[in-house]
Amino acid sequence: MRRIGVFVCHCGSNIAATVDVKKVVEMALLEQGVVHAEDYPYMCSEAGQSHIAEAIREKQLDGIVVCSCSPRMHEATFRKCAEKNGLNPYLVEIANIREHCSWIHKDMQEATEKAVILMRAAVAKVHLNAPLKAGESAVTKRALVIGGGIAGIQTALDIADAGYHVDIVEKEPSIGGRMSQLDKTFPTLDCSACILTPKMVEAASHENITIHTWSEVEKVSGFVGNFTVDIRKKARYVNMDKCTGCGICQEKCPSKKPLNEFNRGLNNRSAIYTPFAQAIPNVPVIDAAACIKLKTGKCGICEKFCQAGAIDYAQTDEIITQQYGAIVVATGFDTIKLDKYGEYAYGESKDVITSLELERIMNAAGPTKGHLERLSDGKAPKEIVFIQCVGSRCSDDRGKPYCSKICCMYTAKHAMLIRDKYPDTNVTVFYIDVRTPGKNFDEFYRRAVEDYGVNYVKGQVGKVAPQSDGSLLVHGVDLLENKQILKKADMVVLATAIEPNSDVRKIATMLTASIDTNNFLTEAHPKLRPVESPTAGVFLSGVCQGPKDIPETVAQAGAAAVKVIGLLAKDKLKTNPCTAKADELRCNGCSQCAGVCPYGAISYETRQVNDHGIREDRRIAVVNSALCQGCGACTVTCPSGAMDLQGFSNRQIIAEVDAICR
Amino acid sequence: MPVTENWKPTIVAFCCNWCSYAGADLAGSSRLAYPADVKIIKVPCSCRVNPMFILRAFEKGADGVILCGCHPGDCHYSTGNYYARRRMTLLFSMLDYLGVEDGRTRVEWVSAAEGVKFSETMNSFVEKVRGLGPNVRLGDLRCRN
Ligand SMILES: Cc1cc2nc3c(=O)[nH]c(=O)nc-3n(C[C@H](O)[C@H](O)[C@H](O)COP(=O)(O)OP(=O)(O)OC[C@H]3O[C@@H](n4cnc5c(N)ncnc54)[C@H](O)[C@@H]3O)c2cc1C
Ligand code: SF4
Ligand code: SF4
Ligand code: FES
Repeated sequence: MRRIGVFVCHCGSNIAATVDVKKVVEMALLEQGVVHAEDYPYMCSEAGQSHIAEAIREKQLDGIVVCSCSPRMHEATFRKCAEKNGLNPYLVEIANIREHCSWIHKDMQEATEKAVILMRAAVAKVHLNAPLKAGESAVTKRALVIGGGIAGIQTALDIADAGYHVDIVEKEPSIGGRMSQLDKTFPTLDCSACILTPKMVEAASHENITIHTWSEVEKVSGFVGNFTVDIRKKARYVNMDKCTGCGICQEKCPSKKPLNEFNRGLNNRSAIYTPFAQAIPNVPVIDAAACIKLKTGKCGICEKFCQAGAIDYAQTDEIITQQYGAIVVATGFDTIKLDKYGEYAYGESKDVITSLELERIMNAAGPTKGHLERLSDGKAPKEIVFIQCVGSRCSDDRGKPYCSKICCMYTAKHAMLIRDKYPDTNVTVFYIDVRTPGKNFDEFYRRAVEDYGVNYVKGQVGKVAPQSDGSLLVHGVDLLENKQILKKADMVVLATAIEPNSDVRKIATMLTASIDTNNFLTEAHPKLRPVESPTAGVFLSGVCQGPKDIPETVAQAGAAAVKVIGLLAKDKLKTNPCTAKADELRCNGCSQCAGVCPYGAISYETRQVNDHGIREDRRIAVVNSALCQGCGACTVTCPSGAMDLQGFSNRQIIAEVDAICR
Repeated sequence: MPVTENWKPTIVAFCCNWCSYAGADLAGSSRLAYPADVKIIKVPCSCRVNPMFILRAFEKGADGVILCGCHPGDCHYSTGNYYARRRMTLLFSMLDYLGVEDGRTRVEWVSAAEGVKFSETMNSFVEKVRGLGPNVRLGDLRCRN
């Protein structure tokens, strides 16, 4: 019979205010095998732990139940405490009487009764716990970063500087992400390319960084420390080693119809293209859907003009398989589609544009060479209306419930830049609230209002109506003056909500990382582990985790890098000892289990077994404990009841069921 | 067993460690109440739940059993919840045939971010089971006091 100690935590008043902890102690002492029970204000504190240590020694405990907060909070603490005092850490069980009890129930009697039952279930389980020993696995000292925006670049640079090799996989022809599309950046108004390009160059020339552009992650297997990843390098039709980046091919290419994605479709590009002048690598790709040669076999002009002989129409996709110890997701964002927002006449009028389109229009390399022009008639706009929160903070399912966080600031930026360069253009901003909670942010916004005379109107816009004279009639309200406003504008700019990139779901599924209801990747803990995903070895960087501006993105990117470095610095990782194991006497070698194991951890061996005195050779299932992740799929599939999961055995779970239903 | 005004059902909730158990924790830290009748058992993955555990619960007097796991596609072990879903579909229809009504069993996908969904699910499940009254079909009379 086990000698079990039960320790009931008050958690200050978090537990004790709703659960009668004395009663739980009293009831614990009535349980079979419980030789010690006590309560304490903070079990996790040094002093609380010393109570546990003392009881282990004095009462020779060989099983411990801590009734406290979630095991996700302090299971590790109490296991460590047991281990320090000579007890196997897997002889500790937690009864979650805070998150699953005191915090959700109000009635003391009800909560106490439930806490007693949860305590009993944990005691029943710990009677059957076996001492387990964690194994070890090696760490591949190489990291993968998915997404080459500013987040991915910064994370890669920081990891590479620490001496580990990093691969960046970017699906576009160049790294750079959204930041490469921006003109100037708040809150300093420095040019985006001027601060981004040096980082891109640094990444490209870093001896520890390999960049795969025009590439996507296709398959991920393995686990923390030992991921195996297939990367698809899409056919570029241009030999990267030969191309000198002269650009003649793009000039000569006769297929000039495709929409220029980099300029948000506001103008066109050739079939062979680099997205922008500072692209890294500065090697074009051929858009196979638009290339005349690839579609019809005729043309071949780029090949003729390419002095370097770099064009290769026969190129095919290539799959690279590589091992990694850690994976960082930095897949960023896009702006939402506006098809559900008919009232703003986006798509109806060329002069209603998104803020990201405005960034391209203001950029010297953009569709209008940096001149502020109406896309309909090329005229300079004299009245510009900005509408904030388009699709953000939205209560219906047309938009997003969250605040996109960056729009207040970039709208102030746009307004200020326009007023600065075109002083005779009037700028009006319709807003719900102006949110400026960053360093130097409110000062920035006030400058827009006070120094640049931007007209801020608190209120929403109900409708933008294109007029026959080419202007736009904006129907808005001024909430402070409590009146309707009709404003004639030459251009309307929509601060469009942002959302995670469309393929984030695919990435999350591949990595078994979870995403929230808005498709942002979920962090392991919203406050305490903001850059780790719940899946060990997978980290989060940048806007894929939630809306952020550049300074925040860079900070998070560095934080993710530190987590990766901490992991890669280890030579060995402790593995989860809660792995599956087949009882050789019950296993009949049917092979069902291997079929359901997602990690290929099960193989079969012929072994001599001694079944009640009869020795015979039998085919039995053997689990590779380094590969087994402990999901338990095999245990349920096994028709003989031979396969069981250590730490969550059939008997342990049934003991819990019995204790709850008793 | 007589159904009295203050009869309280016994409800077992199996929650996978990676999503639903964390979702239950979030319901707790957000103070989103649900009835104390629900007792949670943590399993590594929804696929660890052997139909036998559910039968055992009903045999020992449970009035309802719910299994919560990650959303399809989000299982920490990639495919566990697909197995769980198939197994439970079979088990639940067999149980229904035996007289353990459909309303006493449920599978629900709750992510780590869905504290609200966890609490709402438990509230609605308990209400359903309360409506059905005590489970008399599979209960092993020898297990009753
Ligand atoms: C109109 C506008 C103006 C802005 N102005 C400012 C400003 O002035 N100041 C400021 O601080 N912030 C500004 N921002 C915010 C800024 O753009 C973001 O903070 C920043 O770009 C986030 O970087 P990121 O790397 O997380 O994401 P991204 O820049 O989106 O980069 C993600 C990268 O991942 C790649 N990717 C996506 N999916 C995959 C995949 N499956 N496989 C491989 N690669 C993939 C993408 O192609 C992209 O290159 C502005 C944003 C907008 C929309
Ligand atoms: S528990 Fe079984 S199915 Fe799951 S990883 Fe281990 S061996 Fe494979
Ligand atoms: S399913 Fe069970 S009996 Fe069949 S091989 Fe696996 S452990 Fe042995
Ligand atoms: S881990 Fe949650 S269902 Fe598999």
